[in-house]
Amino acid sequence: MPTVQFQLNGTPIVVEADSDRALLDVLRGRLDVTSPHFGCGAGECGACHVMVDGRAMTSCDMPMWSVAGKEVVTVEGLGTAERPHPLQRAFITEQAMQCGYCASGILVSAAALLTRNPSPTEAEVRAALDRNLCRCGSHNRMVRAVLRAAAEMAAS
Amino acid sequence: MSTSSPAAKLPVSLAANPRLSSWVRLTGEGRVAISPGKVEIGQGIVTALAQIAADELDVDIGRIDMIRASTAMSPNEGVTSGSLSIQQSGRALRHICAEVRRRFLAAASERLGVDAALLDVEDGTISGPGNVRTSYWELAGDVSLDYDITADASAKSVAKRGVARHSLQRIDIPDKVFARPRFIHDCALPGLMHGRVLRPDISGAKLTALNEEAARVVPGLVAIVRDGGFAGVVADSGTAAETALKALRKAATWSAGEPLPDEDDLPGFLRSQPVETTIIDIRTAEPARKPAQTLRRQYTRPYIAHGSIAPSCAMAQWDGDHVHVWTHSQGVYPLRADLAIVLKLPTENIVVEHMEGAGCYGHNAADDVALDAVLLAKAADGRPVRVQWSRHDEMSHAPFGAAMAIEIEADLDADNEIVGWRHAIWSNGHTARPGRAAQPALLAATEIANPYPRMISTDPPAANGGGGDRNSVPLYDLPAWTITSHRLLTMPVRTSALRTLGGQGNVFAIESLLDEIAALRGEDPIALRLRHLRDQRARDVISTAARRAGWKPQKRPGIGHGVGFARYKNTGAYCAAIAEIEGTDDIRVKRLTLAVDVGEAINPDGVINQIEGGAIQATSWVLKERVRFDRTRITSTSWTDYPILTFSEVPAVDVEIIQRPEIEPVGAGEAAHGPVTAAIANAVFDCLGVRVRDLPITRDRIIAAMELAS
Repeated sequence: MPTVQFQLNGTPIVVEADSDRALLDVLRGRLDVTSPHFGCGAGECGACHVMVDGRAMTSCDMPMWSVAGKEVVTVEGLGTAERPHPLQRAFITEQAMQCGYCASGILVSAAALLTRNPSPTEAEVRAALDRNLCRCGSHNRMVRAVLRAAAEMAAS
Repeated sequence: MSTSSPAAKLPVSLAANPRLSSWVRLTGEGRVAISPGKVEIGQGIVTALAQIAADELDVDIGRIDMIRASTAMSPNEGVTSGSLSIQQSGRALRHICAEVRRRFLAAASERLGVDAALLDVEDGTISGPGNVRTSYWELAGDVSLDYDITADASAKSVAKRGVARHSLQRIDIPDKVFARPRFIHDCALPGLMHGRVLRPDISGAKLTALNEEAARVVPGLVAIVRDGGFAGVVADSGTAAETALKALRKAATWSAGEPLPDEDDLPGFLRSQPVETTIIDIRTAEPARKPAQTLRRQYTRPYIAHGSIAPSCAMAQWDGDHVHVWTHSQGVYPLRADLAIVLKLPTENIVVEHMEGAGCYGHNAADDVALDAVLLAKAADGRPVRVQWSRHDEMSHAPFGAAMAIEIEADLDADNEIVGWRHAIWSNGHTARPGRAAQPALLAATEIANPYPRMISTDPPAANGGGGDRNSVPLYDLPAWTITSHRLLTMPVRTSALRTLGGQGNVFAIESLLDEIAALRGEDPIALRLRHLRDQRARDVISTAARRAGWKPQKRPGIGHGVGFARYKNTGAYCAAIAEIEGTDDIRVKRLTLAVDVGEAINPDGVINQIEGGAIQATSWVLKERVRFDRTRITSTSWTDYPILTFSEVPAVDVEIIQRPEIEPVGAGEAAHGPVTAAIANAVFDCLGVRVRDLPITRDRIIAAMELAS
């Protein structure tokens, strides 16, 4: 079986996987990284978003060959309860979800946005999250949470 | 002489589950386990129930462990639906916890030699005069909770509750933010295998032949399962299962299906089917007033998909003739009842345990996939099997919210006052949930070797809020009306419960026509509503929303405002919505202002979250959503073909709660959909001068309405 080498949440790893296998399958099925969620398998809902070299990408349709040598970050790599990322703290403060199944993909999209644009406008936040679907209607809370995190990061 | 049973005075969930220990257990040092029969589906219910328990027991909410519902030990509270969880589970827990507290105080009184009336409880520690103290946990050995509650337990007065009415943070959110597995999709049972089921593209087609050769050689395949027309695979990884399923699909032969209706003539279809007709309500005016004219209007709504972000998922594991099932079903006991029918096993052999899935807005495929998992796990040699549906199957085989055609005739006198009102509904039934009939409601039960017929959806009785007829009886004080419901006896498109059942359609129809009559009279639509409402709580939500939205804002070109109101089920939460839209031939909802009255709002932010979510989901339904099909198959099987509202399209949502601590709380999850739907439709008229009476309100529909008007 071929191997693929990449960075996962800051740690270099080598994983055996067919080069056309989807990154999401490898993360969930082989590496027990469960925050990226399967939603549609067609790159349409964003539940599986991970950061690849700083950009939010769908992992359900991303072949392993394209990940080789890249840096992949999931919610597991954003922060922990002890050392939360400002976005994680803000999502709790704003109670920014209902079911939360879409939330990890949205946290990743937001983290990627704040990396390239540390002080986005509300419209920019919405545009950055347009590839993430939320069915419960928690959109406005999530947008507020992202803006809160951005303000916090700017102040620190 | 007859005496009334004490159970008759108890809340419904308690009458069915009076045993204290089925709800509350003291576990470990300083912990309390609370075990409701209702389940978390993203609505935040476990937090609100924990608040109620913390209040009545006088323990810190941090000591409470909320136990997921399971048929192994939980009280049977039926289905988590109908916005009834606060009403049923919350009331039950309040009484149960009050009784538990009373029993502990009695035991403490005995141990400490102090009158119970002089004892106080603070965070589980019981203390009294003379610095005496003990605790729930010290006394746990002395106090048995294996008693049935009587009607005696008196819950605290509102003033003494310190936790309710506060927006405590939800207890499930940290797990979801920090990627701690909580969803059934993320649960890793030891030795877990993966299953997939083969389902037809053609609606109603049956599997007639299957060549298994190509699937058999897929590496990682464990078994191919066949039972009549039911076919699926079990493999050691999700990828292997997908690959094997793909091979099976290529080698499957299907019968012809069952024809679907014309998606562009839903009213024609709905109004031409055999029906069961029920007169829902009649009010007669004495003396009857003679109409000067009659307005006759037809409103329609399409089939609507649940569209949970996660495809449905379940796990099952057999041990001899016993099976354990993990499910995100809304009802563990009803699901177990249906599984028992299909498996021909006593219910004792089946444990059904809840585990969270993605948000659920009614009866989706959660129950179906549980039977799939049970059938596939038979071939897994005692190992657990997780089955997950594809997006395609979720969008085509799960039940939809039923399409509706609603016709209202309003008789108007010479002053255009309403003197008569006839409201008729044509719709499939709005529920075909498991556990309620002698036949199972699960999809695979219609596919196995000795199949059961597909259950035709029915409607809950009017006393439970009705189905197609939900919210069809006006809350307005009209002099006369006849409300009739025609439930279809055919069901080419599978339907079951979706948020509000028929409520969204009926409120849309009533509130649209009232708006039209107000315009005809040259009367402010809010003034007309208030003139016909005596219920002060109804008047208050409308007036509050109006004040908050600055009703009525100055007319500006390209901007429109509209109002909608309903009391959900006519017995639940009151909600008024005002929509601000902008547009020409395509519209955008800019702002929704809502006022809601749920009685005592246990967790105000939780109520706001539900109302916001309901308002946004309703906006999505109104502007975009419609299940698509041709004459043979459902065609809206992806998010491209079934678009929903995106972040940039979501309106600002502003919610005010009218807090009424003295009134028993009701749920908030379904209150906003009807009012928001009507408010948007009425704003379209305000903005563009045309009435769109067929949902969704798309650019094409608006242009068609404009052409009709010109």
